[in-house]
Amino acid sequence: MITPFEHIQAAHCENGVTTNLLQQTGVDKITEPLAFGIGSGLFYIYIPLLKINNGPAIAFRTMPGLIFKRTCKALGIDVVRKKFRSREQAELFLEACINSGQPVGCQVGVYYLSYFPKEYRFHFNAHNLIVYGREDDRYLISDPVMETVTTLSRYELERVRFAKGPLAPNGQIYFPKEHPPVGDQQIANAIKSGIKRNVRDMLRIPGAFAGVKGIKYTGEKIKKWRDKLGEDQAGLYLAQLVRMQEEIGTGGGGFRYIYAAFLQQSYAFHPYDELPEISKIFTEAGDLWRTSAVQAAGIYKKRLGSQEDFNTMGNYLLEISQIERRGFEALSKIKWRS
Amino acid sequence: MKKEDIPQDPSSLANFSKEVYYATDNAGNYVTGLSTGWEVKANALDVAWKDIEQRVAAAKQKVLDKQASPLLYFMELHLMDAGILSAYTGFWQWQIKRHLKPSVFRRLSDKKLSKYAAAFNTGIDEIKTMMH
Repeated sequence: MITPFEHIQAAHCENGVTTNLLQQTGVDKITEPLAFGIGSGLFYIYIPLLKINNGPAIAFRTMPGLIFKRTCKALGIDVVRKKFRSREQAELFLEACINSGQPVGCQVGVYYLSYFPKEYRFHFNAHNLIVYGREDDRYLISDPVMETVTTLSRYELERVRFAKGPLAPNGQIYFPKEHPPVGDQQIANAIKSGIKRNVRDMLRIPGAFAGVKGIKYTGEKIKKWRDKLGEDQAGLYLAQLVRMQEEIGTGGGGFRYIYAAFLQQSYAFHPYDELPEISKIFTEAGDLWRTSAVQAAGIYKKRLGSQEDFNTMGNYLLEISQIERRGFEALSKIKWRS
Repeated sequence: MKKEDIPQDPSSLANFSKEVYYATDNAGNYVTGLSTGWEVKANALDVAWKDIEQRVAAAKQKVLDKQASPLLYFMELHLMDAGILSAYTGFWQWQIKRHLKPSVFRRLSDKKLSKYAAAFNTGIDEIKTMMH
Protein backbone atom coordinates (compact mmCIF):
# COMPACT_ATOMS: atom_id res chain seq x y z
CA MET A 1 0.00 0.00 0.00
CA ILE A 2 1.28 3.43 -0.89
CA THR A 3 0.24 6.48 1.06
CA PRO A 4 0.34 9.84 -0.71
CA PHE A 5 3.52 11.30 0.64
CA GLU A 6 5.57 14.40 0.05
CA HIS A 7 9.29 14.16 0.70
CA ILE A 8 10.94 17.09 2.49
CA GLN A 9 14.71 17.55 2.53
CA ALA A 10 16.17 18.95 5.73
CA ALA A 11 19.60 19.66 7.10
CA HIS A 12 19.21 17.27 10.03
CA CYS A 13 17.52 13.89 10.05
CA GLU A 14 15.54 14.17 13.28
CA ASN A 15 14.40 17.73 12.51
CA GLY A 16 13.36 16.53 9.07
CA VAL A 17 11.39 13.52 10.31
CA THR A 18 9.69 15.65 12.98
CA THR A 19 8.80 18.41 10.52
CA ASN A 20 7.51 16.02 7.90
CA LEU A 21 5.41 13.86 10.24
CA LEU A 22 3.91 16.96 11.87
CA GLN A 23 3.03 18.46 8.50
CA GLN A 24 1.33 15.15 7.63
CA THR A 25 -0.91 15.60 10.66
CA GLY A 26 -1.85 19.12 9.63
CA VAL A 27 0.67 21.33 11.44
CA ASP A 28 1.28 23.33 8.24
CA LYS A 29 3.33 26.08 9.83
CA ILE A 30 6.05 23.87 11.26
CA THR A 31 9.47 24.24 9.63
CA GLU A 32 12.82 22.59 10.33
CA PRO A 33 14.16 25.61 12.29
CA LEU A 34 10.93 25.85 14.33
CA ALA A 35 11.02 22.13 15.18
CA PHE A 36 14.70 22.45 16.15
CA GLY A 37 14.17 25.52 18.33
CA ILE A 38 10.95 24.34 20.00
CA GLY A 39 12.78 21.10 20.82
CA SER A 40 15.65 23.16 22.33
CA GLY A 41 18.00 21.44 19.89
CA LEU A 42 21.06 23.66 20.34
CA PHE A 43 23.61 22.29 22.76
CA TYR A 44 27.28 21.68 23.35
CA ILE A 45 29.00 18.97 25.33
CA TYR A 46 32.49 17.51 25.44
CA ILE A 47 32.72 14.36 27.53
CA PRO A 48 36.41 14.13 28.49
CA LEU A 49 36.98 10.45 29.22
CA LEU A 50 34.61 8.94 26.70
CA LYS A 51 36.04 7.99 23.30
CA ILE A 52 34.02 7.67 20.11
CA ASN A 53 35.81 6.16 17.10
CA ASN A 54 39.10 6.64 18.98
CA GLY A 55 38.49 10.39 19.27
CA PRO A 56 36.82 12.89 21.58
CA ALA A 57 33.08 12.64 22.32
CA ILE A 58 31.63 16.00 21.29
CA ALA A 59 28.05 16.96 20.45
CA PHE A 60 26.60 20.20 19.11
CA ARG A 61 22.98 19.25 19.63
CA THR A 62 20.75 17.76 22.22
CA MET A 63 20.31 14.00 22.82
CA PRO A 64 18.85 12.01 19.91
CA GLY A 65 15.09 11.59 20.19
CA LEU A 66 14.50 14.67 22.32
CA ILE A 67 13.68 17.09 19.50
CA PHE A 68 10.75 14.96 18.30
CA LYS A 69 9.56 14.29 21.82
CA ARG A 70 9.77 17.86 23.08
CA THR A 71 8.35 19.48 19.96
CA CYS A 72 5.29 17.22 19.91
CA LYS A 73 4.75 17.67 23.63
CA ALA A 74 5.02 21.46 23.41
CA LEU A 75 2.39 21.47 20.64
CA GLY A 76 0.06 19.31 22.74
CA ILE A 77 0.43 16.28 20.48
CA ASP A 78 0.60 12.74 21.89
CA VAL A 79 3.10 10.41 20.30
CA VAL A 80 3.35 6.68 19.73
CA ARG A 81 6.81 5.32 20.40
CA LYS A 82 7.64 1.62 20.40
CA LYS A 83 10.78 -0.44 20.78
CA PHE A 84 10.96 -4.16 20.08
CA ARG A 85 12.88 -7.21 21.20
CA SER A 86 11.58 -9.35 18.38
CA ARG A 87 12.40 -8.54 14.77
CA GLU A 88 9.17 -10.21 13.64
CA GLN A 89 7.06 -8.04 15.95
CA ALA A 90 8.94 -4.97 14.77
CA GLU A 91 8.14 -5.71 11.14
CA LEU A 92 4.49 -6.63 11.87
CA PHE A 93 3.97 -3.32 13.64
CA LEU A 94 5.61 -1.41 10.80
CA GLU A 95 3.41 -3.23 8.26
CA ALA A 96 0.28 -2.46 10.28
CA CYS A 97 1.20 1.24 10.37
CA ILE A 98 1.88 1.67 6.69
CA ASN A 99 -1.15 -0.45 5.74
CA SER A 100 -3.29 1.98 7.67
CA GLY A 101 -1.70 4.89 5.80
CA GLN A 102 0.49 6.03 8.70
CA PRO A 103 4.03 7.04 7.72
CA VAL A 104 6.39 6.36 10.64
CA GLY A 105 9.73 7.61 11.92
CA CYS A 106 12.35 4.89 12.39
CA GLN A 107 15.62 5.14 14.30
CA VAL A 108 18.37 3.28 12.43
CA GLY A 109 22.13 2.67 12.45
CA VAL A 110 24.10 3.94 9.46
CA TYR A 111 26.85 1.29 9.39
CA TYR A 112 24.81 -1.10 7.25
CA LEU A 113 22.64 1.58 5.61
CA SER A 114 23.19 0.52 2.01
CA TYR A 115 22.36 3.79 0.23
CA PHE A 116 24.76 5.87 2.38
CA PRO A 117 28.22 6.55 0.89
CA LYS A 118 30.79 4.19 2.38
CA GLU A 119 32.79 7.12 3.77
CA TYR A 120 29.88 8.08 6.05
CA ARG A 121 29.16 4.62 7.40
CA PHE A 122 30.33 4.60 11.00
CA HIS A 123 28.63 2.83 13.91
CA PHE A 124 26.26 5.72 14.49
CA ASN A 125 22.87 4.46 15.61
CA ALA A 126 20.79 7.62 15.92
CA HIS A 127 19.94 8.28 12.31
CA ASN A 128 16.27 8.84 11.52
CA LEU A 129 14.19 8.19 8.43
CA ILE A 130 10.54 7.83 7.45
CA VAL A 131 9.02 4.63 6.08
CA TYR A 132 5.88 5.51 4.11
CA GLY A 133 5.00 2.36 2.21
CA ARG A 134 6.07 -0.89 0.61
CA GLU A 135 6.20 -2.03 -2.98
CA ASP A 136 6.69 -5.81 -3.26
CA ASP A 137 9.79 -6.58 -1.25
CA ARG A 138 11.06 -3.02 -0.88
CA TYR A 139 10.15 -0.45 1.73
CA LEU A 140 9.70 3.13 0.54
CA ILE A 141 12.01 5.41 2.47
CA SER A 142 12.11 9.17 2.89
CA ASP A 143 15.50 10.03 4.35
CA PRO A 144 15.42 13.74 5.19
CA VAL A 145 19.09 14.35 4.41
CA MET A 146 18.55 13.21 0.81
CA GLU A 147 17.13 15.21 -2.08
CA THR A 148 14.77 12.42 -3.15
CA VAL A 149 13.10 9.31 -1.75
CA THR A 150 14.77 5.89 -1.84
CA THR A 151 14.03 2.24 -0.96
CA LEU A 152 15.42 -0.56 1.22
CA SER A 153 14.81 -4.30 1.01
CA ARG A 154 13.15 -6.02 3.97
CA TYR A 155 16.49 -7.45 5.04
CA GLU A 156 18.31 -4.13 4.71
CA LEU A 157 15.71 -2.27 6.75
CA GLU A 158 15.62 -4.94 9.44
CA ARG A 159 19.40 -4.87 9.69
CA VAL A 160 19.60 -1.11 10.28
CA ARG A 161 16.59 -1.08 12.63
CA PHE A 162 18.42 -3.67 14.71
CA ALA A 163 21.90 -2.20 14.52
CA LYS A 164 23.87 -2.84 17.72
CA GLY A 165 26.15 -0.83 19.96
CA PRO A 166 25.71 2.55 21.69
CA LEU A 167 22.21 4.03 21.21
CA ALA A 168 21.02 0.77 19.61
CA PRO A 169 17.64 1.55 17.99
CA ASN A 170 15.92 -1.75 18.96
CA GLY A 171 13.57 -1.32 16.03
CA GLN A 172 12.28 1.96 17.41
CA ILE A 173 9.24 3.42 15.61
CA TYR A 174 7.55 6.71 16.41
CA PHE A 175 4.88 9.02 15.06
CA PRO A 176 2.48 11.72 16.27
CA LYS A 177 -1.11 10.67 17.02
CA GLU A 178 -4.16 12.33 15.51
CA HIS A 179 -4.76 15.63 17.27
CA PRO A 180 -6.92 18.76 17.22
CA PRO A 181 -5.63 21.59 14.99
CA VAL A 182 -2.57 23.40 16.33
CA GLY A 183 -3.09 27.18 16.36
CA ASP A 184 -0.61 30.05 16.21
CA GLN A 185 -0.95 30.71 19.93
CA GLN A 186 0.13 27.16 20.71
CA ILE A 187 3.15 27.49 18.42
CA ALA A 188 3.99 30.83 20.08
CA ASN A 189 3.85 29.21 23.53
CA ALA A 190 5.97 26.30 22.33
CA ILE A 191 8.60 28.72 20.97
CA LYS A 192 8.75 30.53 24.30
CA SER A 193 9.20 27.34 26.33
CA GLY A 194 11.73 26.01 23.82
CA ILE A 195 13.87 29.14 24.12
CA LYS A 196 13.66 29.17 27.92
CA ARG A 197 14.76 25.54 28.14
CA ASN A 198 17.62 26.18 25.72
CA VAL A 199 18.78 29.14 27.80
CA ARG A 200 18.82 26.87 30.83
CA ASP A 201 20.69 24.08 29.02
CA MET A 202 23.38 26.37 27.65
CA LEU A 203 23.88 28.79 30.57
CA ARG A 204 22.95 26.99 33.75
CA ILE A 205 23.76 23.31 33.25
CA PRO A 206 26.01 22.16 36.11
CA GLY A 207 29.59 21.06 35.46
CA ALA A 208 32.38 22.38 33.25
CA PHE A 209 31.85 20.18 30.17
CA ALA A 210 28.51 21.32 28.79
CA GLY A 211 26.80 24.47 27.58
CA VAL A 212 28.76 27.66 26.88
CA LYS A 213 31.22 26.64 29.63
CA GLY A 214 31.88 23.41 27.77
CA ILE A 215 32.97 25.34 24.67
CA LYS A 216 35.46 27.30 26.76
CA TYR A 217 36.64 24.09 28.44
CA THR A 218 37.28 22.51 25.02
CA GLY A 219 39.20 25.60 23.90
CA GLU A 220 41.49 25.35 26.94
CA LYS A 221 41.98 21.62 26.34
CA ILE A 222 42.86 22.12 22.66
CA LYS A 223 45.78 24.33 23.63
CA LYS A 224 47.23 21.35 25.53
CA TRP A 225 46.55 18.70 22.88
CA ARG A 226 49.79 19.28 20.96
CA ASP A 227 52.00 18.48 23.95
CA LYS A 228 49.75 15.86 25.44
CA LEU A 229 48.78 13.87 22.34
CA GLY A 230 51.44 14.69 19.76
CA GLU A 231 50.70 16.37 16.45
CA ASP A 232 49.21 13.32 14.69
CA GLN A 233 46.75 12.41 17.41
CA ALA A 234 45.88 16.07 18.04
CA GLY A 235 45.14 16.43 14.33
CA LEU A 236 42.82 13.40 14.50
CA TYR A 237 41.02 14.91 17.47
CA LEU A 238 40.52 18.22 15.66
CA ALA A 239 39.26 16.38 12.58
CA GLN A 240 36.68 14.65 14.75
CA LEU A 241 35.62 18.00 16.25
CA VAL A 242 35.11 19.42 12.76
CA ARG A 243 33.14 16.36 11.65
CA MET A 244 30.78 16.58 14.60
CA GLN A 245 30.40 20.29 13.89
CA GLU A 246 29.88 20.26 10.13
CA GLU A 247 28.93 16.81 8.91
CA ILE A 248 25.68 16.29 7.05
CA GLY A 249 22.94 17.28 9.35
CA THR A 250 24.10 20.45 11.03
CA GLY A 251 23.06 23.01 8.43
CA GLY A 252 26.58 24.48 8.85
CA GLY A 253 28.36 25.96 11.88
CA GLY A 254 27.32 23.23 14.32
CA PHE A 255 23.55 23.93 14.11
CA ARG A 256 24.13 27.60 15.00
CA TYR A 257 22.73 28.78 11.65
CA ILE A 258 19.58 26.69 12.06
CA TYR A 259 19.11 28.25 15.48
CA ALA A 260 19.60 31.73 14.04
CA ALA A 261 16.96 30.89 11.42
CA PHE A 262 14.65 29.69 14.21
CA LEU A 263 14.94 33.02 16.08
CA GLN A 264 14.23 34.89 12.86
CA GLN A 265 11.14 32.77 12.15
CA SER A 266 9.99 33.17 15.75
CA TYR A 267 9.44 36.86 15.04
CA ALA A 268 6.25 35.93 13.13
CA PHE A 269 4.82 34.55 16.40
CA HIS A 270 6.44 37.00 18.85
CA PRO A 271 6.99 40.36 17.09
CA TYR A 272 9.78 41.54 19.39
CA ASP A 273 12.64 43.44 17.76
CA GLU A 274 15.12 41.57 19.99
CA LEU A 275 14.58 38.24 18.20
CA PRO A 276 16.04 39.15 14.77
CA GLU A 277 18.83 41.03 16.55
CA ILE A 278 19.75 38.03 18.73
CA SER A 279 19.53 35.86 15.62
CA LYS A 280 22.53 37.80 14.29
CA ILE A 281 24.55 36.83 17.37
CA PHE A 282 24.05 33.15 16.53
CA THR A 283 24.99 33.80 12.91
CA GLU A 284 28.19 35.33 14.26
CA ALA A 285 28.79 32.24 16.42
CA GLY A 286 28.20 29.94 13.41
CA ASP A 287 30.59 32.00 11.28
CA LEU A 288 33.31 31.78 13.92
CA TRP A 289 32.80 28.02 14.33
CA ARG A 290 33.47 27.73 10.60
CA THR A 291 36.52 29.99 10.79
CA SER A 292 37.84 27.76 13.57
CA ALA A 293 37.22 24.69 11.36
CA VAL A 294 39.46 26.23 8.68
CA GLN A 295 42.18 26.66 11.32
CA ALA A 296 41.68 23.05 12.48
CA ALA A 297 41.99 21.86 8.87
CA GLY A 298 45.32 23.69 8.61
CA ILE A 299 46.50 21.57 11.53
CA TYR A 300 45.20 18.18 10.40
CA LYS A 301 46.40 18.87 6.85
CA LYS A 302 49.84 19.49 8.44
CA ARG A 303 50.04 22.98 6.94
CA LEU A 304 50.05 24.38 10.50
CA GLY A 305 51.28 22.72 13.66
CA SER A 306 53.10 25.07 16.03
CA GLN A 307 51.91 25.62 19.59
CA GLU A 308 50.92 29.12 18.44
CA ASP A 309 48.55 27.50 15.88
CA PHE A 310 46.94 25.40 18.60
CA ASN A 311 46.58 28.50 20.79
CA THR A 312 44.83 30.31 17.96
CA MET A 313 42.48 27.34 17.56
CA GLY A 314 41.72 27.19 21.29
CA ASN A 315 41.16 30.95 21.44
CA TYR A 316 38.52 30.72 18.71
CA LEU A 317 36.50 28.48 21.01
CA LEU A 318 36.95 30.85 23.96
CA GLU A 319 35.60 33.65 21.79
CA ILE A 320 32.68 31.52 20.54
CA SER A 321 31.83 30.66 24.15
CA GLN A 322 31.54 34.37 24.92
CA ILE A 323 29.43 35.08 21.84
CA GLU A 324 27.00 32.28 22.65
CA ARG A 325 26.84 33.39 26.29
CA ARG A 326 25.91 36.86 25.08
CA GLY A 327 23.24 35.37 22.79
CA PHE A 328 21.60 33.24 25.46
CA GLU A 329 21.78 35.98 28.08
CA ALA A 330 19.96 38.28 25.67
CA LEU A 331 17.34 35.56 25.15
CA SER A 332 16.94 35.11 28.90
CA LYS A 333 16.15 38.84 29.25
CA ILE A 334 13.26 38.84 26.78
CA LYS A 335 10.04 40.05 28.39
CA TRP A 336 7.45 37.63 27.06
CA ARG A 337 4.12 39.41 26.71
CA SER A 338 2.17 36.34 25.61
CA MET B 1 27.19 32.88 6.20
CA LYS B 2 25.86 34.37 3.00
CA LYS B 3 23.97 32.16 0.57
CA GLU B 4 26.54 32.76 -2.18
CA ASP B 5 29.28 31.55 0.20
CA ILE B 6 27.77 28.08 0.62
CA PRO B 7 30.70 25.86 -0.37
CA GLN B 8 30.49 23.78 -3.55
CA ASP B 9 33.59 21.58 -3.20
CA PRO B 10 33.94 17.98 -4.36
CA SER B 11 33.19 15.42 -1.62
CA SER B 12 32.08 11.85 -0.94
CA LEU B 13 28.50 13.08 -1.18
CA ALA B 14 28.91 13.30 -4.97
CA ASN B 15 26.83 10.24 -5.92
CA PHE B 16 24.52 10.47 -2.93
CA SER B 17 22.89 13.81 -2.39
CA LYS B 18 23.57 17.48 -1.94
CA GLU B 19 23.16 18.69 1.61
CA VAL B 20 21.10 21.53 3.06
CA TYR B 21 22.75 24.64 4.48
CA TYR B 22 21.09 27.54 6.25
CA ALA B 23 22.45 30.89 5.08
CA THR B 24 21.31 34.49 4.69
CA ASP B 25 20.13 36.23 1.52
CA ASN B 26 20.88 39.84 0.56
CA ALA B 27 18.19 41.15 2.90
CA GLY B 28 19.69 39.16 5.81
CA ASN B 29 16.85 36.62 5.85
CA TYR B 30 17.61 32.96 6.41
CA VAL B 31 17.05 30.70 3.43
CA THR B 32 18.22 27.19 2.59
CA GLY B 33 20.71 26.29 -0.11
CA LEU B 34 22.28 23.07 -1.35
CA SER B 35 25.98 22.22 -1.16
CA THR B 36 28.08 19.56 -2.89
CA GLY B 37 30.52 19.54 0.02
CA TRP B 38 33.15 21.57 1.86
CA GLU B 39 36.86 20.89 1.48
CA VAL B 40 37.53 21.47 5.19
CA LYS B 41 35.27 18.64 6.27
CA ALA B 42 36.11 16.41 3.30
CA ASN B 43 39.70 16.62 4.61
CA ALA B 44 38.52 15.78 8.14
CA LEU B 45 36.80 12.66 6.81
CA ASP B 46 39.96 11.71 4.86
CA VAL B 47 42.04 12.03 8.02
CA ALA B 48 39.63 9.74 9.89
CA TRP B 49 39.76 7.09 7.13
CA LYS B 50 43.55 7.23 6.80
CA ASP B 51 43.73 6.51 10.52
CA ILE B 52 41.38 3.55 10.10
CA GLU B 53 43.48 2.21 7.20
CA GLN B 54 46.58 2.39 9.39
CA ARG B 55 44.80 0.55 12.18
CA VAL B 56 43.68 -2.19 9.79
CA ALA B 57 47.22 -2.55 8.39
CA ALA B 58 48.73 -2.69 11.89
CA ALA B 59 46.15 -5.30 12.95
CA LYS B 60 46.91 -7.41 9.88
CA GLN B 61 50.62 -7.36 10.70
CA LYS B 62 49.89 -8.39 14.29
CA VAL B 63 47.88 -11.35 13.06
CA LEU B 64 50.64 -12.38 10.63
CA ASP B 65 53.13 -12.11 13.49
CA LYS B 66 50.88 -14.41 15.59
CA GLN B 67 50.40 -11.74 18.24
CA ALA B 68 46.64 -11.64 17.68
CA SER B 69 43.90 -13.72 16.10
CA PRO B 70 42.24 -12.69 12.82
CA LEU B 71 39.35 -11.29 14.86
CA LEU B 72 41.46 -8.20 15.55
CA TYR B 73 41.82 -7.57 11.83
CA PHE B 74 38.08 -7.88 11.20
CA MET B 75 37.25 -5.70 14.19
CA GLU B 76 39.44 -2.89 12.90
CA LEU B 77 38.12 -3.40 9.36
CA HIS B 78 34.54 -3.00 10.61
CA LEU B 79 35.34 -0.15 13.04
CA MET B 80 34.20 -2.29 15.95
CA ASP B 81 35.42 -2.29 19.50
CA ALA B 82 34.78 -5.18 21.88
CA GLY B 83 31.56 -3.50 23.07
CA ILE B 84 30.00 -3.27 19.62
CA LEU B 85 31.16 -6.77 18.64
CA SER B 86 29.74 -8.11 21.89
CA ALA B 87 26.37 -6.55 21.04
CA TYR B 88 26.37 -8.08 17.54
CA THR B 89 27.51 -11.58 18.56
CA GLY B 90 26.13 -12.07 22.05
CA PHE B 91 29.59 -12.97 23.41
CA TRP B 92 30.74 -11.23 26.56
CA GLN B 93 33.55 -8.71 26.12
CA TRP B 94 35.93 -10.86 28.18
CA GLN B 95 35.21 -13.79 25.87
CA ILE B 96 36.01 -11.64 22.84
CA LYS B 97 39.26 -10.56 24.46
CA ARG B 98 40.17 -14.24 24.97
CA HIS B 99 39.26 -15.05 21.37
CA LEU B 100 41.75 -12.41 20.28
CA LYS B 101 44.54 -14.75 21.41
CA PRO B 102 45.69 -16.99 18.52
CA SER B 103 45.91 -20.06 20.78
CA VAL B 104 42.29 -19.68 21.95
CA PHE B 105 41.02 -18.68 18.51
CA ARG B 106 42.44 -21.89 16.94
CA ARG B 107 40.21 -24.02 19.16
CA LEU B 108 36.94 -22.10 18.54
CA SER B 109 34.04 -24.23 17.30
CA ASP B 110 32.45 -23.52 13.94
CA LYS B 111 29.29 -22.51 15.81
CA LYS B 112 31.10 -19.73 17.61
CA LEU B 113 32.98 -18.70 14.48
CA SER B 114 29.71 -18.47 12.59
CA LYS B 115 28.52 -15.78 15.02
CA TYR B 116 31.58 -13.73 14.19
CA ALA B 117 31.11 -14.43 10.49
CA ALA B 118 27.56 -13.08 10.66
CA ALA B 119 28.68 -9.94 12.47
CA PHE B 120 31.38 -9.30 9.88
CA ASN B 121 29.15 -10.13 6.91
CA THR B 122 31.54 -12.88 5.77
CA GLY B 123 32.19 -16.64 6.06
CA ILE B 124 34.09 -18.81 8.55
CA ASP B 125 36.88 -19.67 6.10
CA GLU B 126 37.31 -16.02 5.22
CA ILE B 127 37.75 -15.21 8.90
CA LYS B 128 40.31 -17.96 9.42
CA THR B 129 42.36 -16.89 6.39
CA MET B 130 41.81 -13.13 6.66
CA MET B 131 40.57 -13.16 3.08
CA HIS B 132 37.29 -11.49 2.23
